[in-house]
Amino acid sequence: MLRWRGGRYNPAFMSEEIYRILKTNGRLEKGRKTPSIDDDRLRDMYRYMLINRLVDERMTKLQRQGRIGFYIGSVGEEAAVIGSALAMRDDDWIVPCYRELGAALVRGFSLYKFCCQLFGNAEDPIKGRQMPNHYSARDLKFTSISSPVGTQIPHAAGLGMGLNIQDKKNAVLVFFGDGATSQGDFHVGANFAGVFKAPVVFLCRNNQWAISVPGERQTASESFAIKAEAYGFEGIRVDGNDVLAVYETVRKAAEKAYAGDGPTLVEAVTYRQGAHSTSDDPRAYRDEEEVERWKERDPLNRMKSYLKHRDLWSDEEDDKLRDETVKEIAQAVKKAEKVGPPDIEEIFNDVYAQRPWHLQEQYEQLRGLAE
Amino acid sequence: MPRMNIIQAVNDALRIEMERDESIVVMGEDVGKFGGVFRATQGLQEKFGEKRVFDTPLAEAGIIGAAIGMAQSGLRPVPEIQFADFIFPAFDHIINEAAKMRYRSGGQFACPITIRTPYGGGIRGGHYHSQSPEAYFCHTPGLKLVIPSDPYEAKGLLASSIRDDDPVLFLEPKRVYRAARAEVPEEEYTLELGKADVANEGSDVTVIAYGAVLHDVLKAVEAAEDEDGMSCEVVNLRTLLPYDAETVLESVKKTGRVVIVHEAPRTCGYGAELAAMIAEKAILYLEAPILRVTGFDTPFPYTLEEEYLPNERRIRKGLRDTVSF
Repeated sequence: MLRWRGGRYNPAFMSEEIYRILKTNGRLEKGRKTPSIDDDRLRDMYRYMLINRLVDERMTKLQRQGRIGFYIGSVGEEAAVIGSALAMRDDDWIVPCYRELGAALVRGFSLYKFCCQLFGNAEDPIKGRQMPNHYSARDLKFTSISSPVGTQIPHAAGLGMGLNIQDKKNAVLVFFGDGATSQGDFHVGANFAGVFKAPVVFLCRNNQWAISVPGERQTASESFAIKAEAYGFEGIRVDGNDVLAVYETVRKAAEKAYAGDGPTLVEAVTYRQGAHSTSDDPRAYRDEEEVERWKERDPLNRMKSYLKHRDLWSDEEDDKLRDETVKEIAQAVKKAEKVGPPDIEEIFNDVYAQRPWHLQEQYEQLRGLAE
Repeated sequence: MPRMNIIQAVNDALRIEMERDESIVVMGEDVGKFGGVFRATQGLQEKFGEKRVFDTPLAEAGIIGAAIGMAQSGLRPVPEIQFADFIFPAFDHIINEAAKMRYRSGGQFACPITIRTPYGGGIRGGHYHSQSPEAYFCHTPGLKLVIPSDPYEAKGLLASSIRDDDPVLFLEPKRVYRAARAEVPEEEYTLELGKADVANEGSDVTVIAYGAVLHDVLKAVEAAEDEDGMSCEVVNLRTLLPYDAETVLESVKKTGRVVIVHEAPRTCGYGAELAAMIAEKAILYLEAPILRVTGFDTPFPYTLEEEYLPNERRIRKGLRDTVSF
């Protein structure tokens, strides 16, 4: 448990109060033991991170070429997202923000469906109704995404409360950024979860920037993790670029939730290496040197080095996975790009369970014009 | 049949629905042991336990936000907002989250929550215990909005709202919570959402109203019929979104004259939608301008609330102006 010592927000990466297993060179931190995670899972962590990275790179280019309207990537934050998603059980709920493609990939969300959502085409699981990166997958227990910041936090608390009421033994993993902690919804969500001992893991991806606004403008607290103390539960600050540390921390938080011991706030300290979205240019507000410093702490390199030290990964395997993934992405994009837009009737479906008269009337007016 | 007031009818509907469907939970401020500040949830916690009827922290955004998540977990929450005036911290969750959930997820997620909240003036509640916020919410695709006017409607419409698979805002007319008494069937029944009721048949003018003010309308109409020899048809909407245009138009085409009555301020109020719809679909039947008798475009006043509300005197003036046009 962190203790409040006063002072100002301190993003200090090397702070002693941050939980870390791997050093940036992929060697174990002094005093840390080799975690008891099986080899396949360790490789999975890296595989998903690499796939996520390659997807982000490709889709950003696709937006630049004008083929999709918008894209939000998670370059640099893959460990925080994938480490935590892998730490949960498959039947736990994931309540995403909009920068957690990695978590969807972990759950088995297909690249093709993902591409269909980016194009908003007729095979988009959400029927062309939202901007790119707002996919949902109920069959994967991956909830619906909205753009207003932080609204998913009280939903996650309620989901956890609902699981308790129904005596279900699952937990909820909710993602949000550092900026979201400034919202009232962070407060009510954390407060409700604390009061009702909801089985929720609050995962704050502290990527240092809320578009152009840095952490010290979001809070005067020393950290984001420490806020948990006021809600009556544990807050842990973890190196968000260390996938092993994230995995272990979230695993413990999830075990606590399963046992009925309530929520945990995990602050994964990471860095948004890219822009907020394709509509943003961070050169206007932050120092490129800072970005370069963080690239040295890149989560993929760190995990790859670790796996290589342990002979669990090789450069050949790396090249092979890259080639395969690049091909798979290209195929998914090609196939999705050929699918046409949804029928105009989709404007009027799913507003309600049954279409009321006024929507039927408006649909017929539009259909009449279209024909 | 037992006689009930609206509070008792709401309580009865909640009890029957909770017995019928164990996924229904009641939540809000003071709804547990205390049974609600208006006593609408009295006895429910005792009967169904603290897991299904519980007090929440004092935060409307949290109540509705959590209810949305609970709905995703498979429950059918019936959250109470203590006064409609206090609903606005939850506005974002109602408008941007609950109402859009089905649409934005491509039909994957529904949001079957029924938000109960007392609305309206006439209880000496000043700005913050008197407002009628229906128009803000009726501008929201994906939401349903229901306003009963008496115990019979309250019980049947609340049952339908809870069983509905879409989010419903259920505004309860607190001015007549106890004053409106009626015989209510003991057993369960539902009243279809989206259907209006013709509360009084007539041929000279159509009065459209809903909620507490319906009682003032009926009194005014009775007096107008007795004293002025007018024949007034009264359409009680019951559901404001989606509303029953068919019944409204049928009546308007018969009478050719329309008076719309609501407590909420006039500009961009619910009456504006009705007037526009009637003009679009039945203008050639009209023999007089569509008239609105409403609250004024001011914040709700404390001392002079009787003057603010569309009382019997103002409604009768509206009827005379329209019929004599």
